[in-house]
Amino acid sequence: MQDPVGFLYNWLIGILTRWGLAAAVAHVLITLLGILILVICAMVLDIFLVWIERKVVARFQDRLGPNRIGPWGIFQPFADIIKLLIKEDITPAGADVIVFNLAPILSLASVLLLWAVLPIAGVIYGVDLNVALLYIVAAGAIGTLSIIMAGWASNNKFALVGAYRMVANMISYEIPMVLILLIPAILTGSMSMLTISRAQSQYWFVLVVPLATLVFLISAIAELGRSPFDLNEGESEIVSGFHIEYSGMKFGLFYAGELLHAFTFGAFISIMFFGGYNGPGVTQMPILGIFYFVLKAMIGYWVIMWVKYTVPRIRIDHMLYFNWKFLVPFSLAILIMTALTHKLLSGYSTPVYILGMLCANLILGWITIEILRARARKQRQSVDPAAQVIAEQVHH
Amino acid sequence: MTALQIIFLLSAAVILVSAVMVVTTRNMVHAALWLIAALFGVAVIFAVLEAGFLAVVQVVVYIGAIAIMFIFAVMLTSREMRDRGPQMNNRTWLAGIVGVLIFGSLVYLLSTWDGFNGQPSVIGNVDTLKQLGNVLLLPSAYLLPFEVASILLLAALVGAVYVASNRK
Repeated sequence: MQDPVGFLYNWLIGILTRWGLAAAVAHVLITLLGILILVICAMVLDIFLVWIERKVVARFQDRLGPNRIGPWGIFQPFADIIKLLIKEDITPAGADVIVFNLAPILSLASVLLLWAVLPIAGVIYGVDLNVALLYIVAAGAIGTLSIIMAGWASNNKFALVGAYRMVANMISYEIPMVLILLIPAILTGSMSMLTISRAQSQYWFVLVVPLATLVFLISAIAELGRSPFDLNEGESEIVSGFHIEYSGMKFGLFYAGELLHAFTFGAFISIMFFGGYNGPGVTQMPILGIFYFVLKAMIGYWVIMWVKYTVPRIRIDHMLYFNWKFLVPFSLAILIMTALTHKLLSGYSTPVYILGMLCANLILGWITIEILRARARKQRQSVDPAAQVIAEQVHH
Repeated sequence: MTALQIIFLLSAAVILVSAVMVVTTRNMVHAALWLIAALFGVAVIFAVLEAGFLAVVQVVVYIGAIAIMFIFAVMLTSREMRDRGPQMNNRTWLAGIVGVLIFGSLVYLLSTWDGFNGQPSVIGNVDTLKQLGNVLLLPSAYLLPFEVASILLLAALVGAVYVASNRK
């Protein structure tokens, strides 16, 4: 049970070569089978994510959520799927049919691509890519592409506005995200997800770089296009943005893609900052890593949902202002600070190292808050004469 | 024929077909999408050559940034997204001859190279990414071009900010 995937691989290749297949062909077949199993697992998980999302949002809004079909309404997603499948499939007049139909497929595919680099356990992973962190950004680029394809091909002004907003959002928030992705790379000297997970067997990186974790969470939510950054959907202004013209299972693909994307980013947060599959007993039983991985990813996903259902949508100028004037300089400062302190403290013992990094983070956070408060005070005085008077009175 | 050769032929075919479609399709957005397909094929070829870093950077930089910027430019500049003019002018034959000449001379030049017929050596278990990083920051290798390029990009950035800022 130390290496279940390797065991299955050897077993299957033994069977196939006994059937008279060449070893190379058998290898390709088994690899394809592995990809298929990984995708099926992700999609089955996705079905239950629909239920989880609906249950959690209901709790946040003081409702019960689905509770009729099966225990706790757990079979509700199957009813949803049947409903989506038997809906009329509408293609709007003037739509670009091929691009219109390609967009939802690409949208879900860009999320499934991410699963290739997820180390689900120490011995279960798609591929140990040495550029996995960049690969995430590349898959995100394909996701952006699918949204602009959907927005353009729908032949609908609302859809196009939604797509434009999404692209503005993703291009902006990609910068802090890429800068923060560099931080695990600095700490481990590798861009491979597996190496990053392995490096956290002693301590989690969130202890070393808490500010980076926070910034990554914010930019991940923005990349996902979830509230408070869900301007691409903006139900009150542009109905539902880029997927306004999609009906039936095509809408279902966008929806499934969004939920799986959120879960996958929860998984990335857990891998890069919360130790991934590491947990008590994993060295003896590597298969136990699946449990810790799913648990941590679910907690990450829950935090993303928590933010989504409690924070209202922000205005687009505020969103861009927040990114370019705050997050980008802030993540640059985190990057410089982390690189310097990591190099200075890497010779010391682990407790000293963690404590030093934590202190550096606290100092940077404190400086940032002070700068923000000074700016807010200045801004308040420039627009509000009453506040100016009060400030003068306090001063005297 | 090995699996690598099949993948190479498939992606080469995808690149060629999409590249032809980029210049022949009349719909500007379709041209941009075909360009993305062509660039994706190039990324596949990089991946086949075990240059994973280049493949991923190809997708991030070209498909992620340039293609989206291109779509933006197309959408914001032209009101009519369909080109109605003739696609050829009277210099088609001249351009064709020049193209064939360049292709022929390139093939000739490559055929004199001793690696033209040989099998490439397998890279094996070397971390190419680490090697690339080392080479880029080695003073005896490519440190100077690397720094010059970064300064050039910085200058472009500062220039863009200067042009875009509204001077008081």
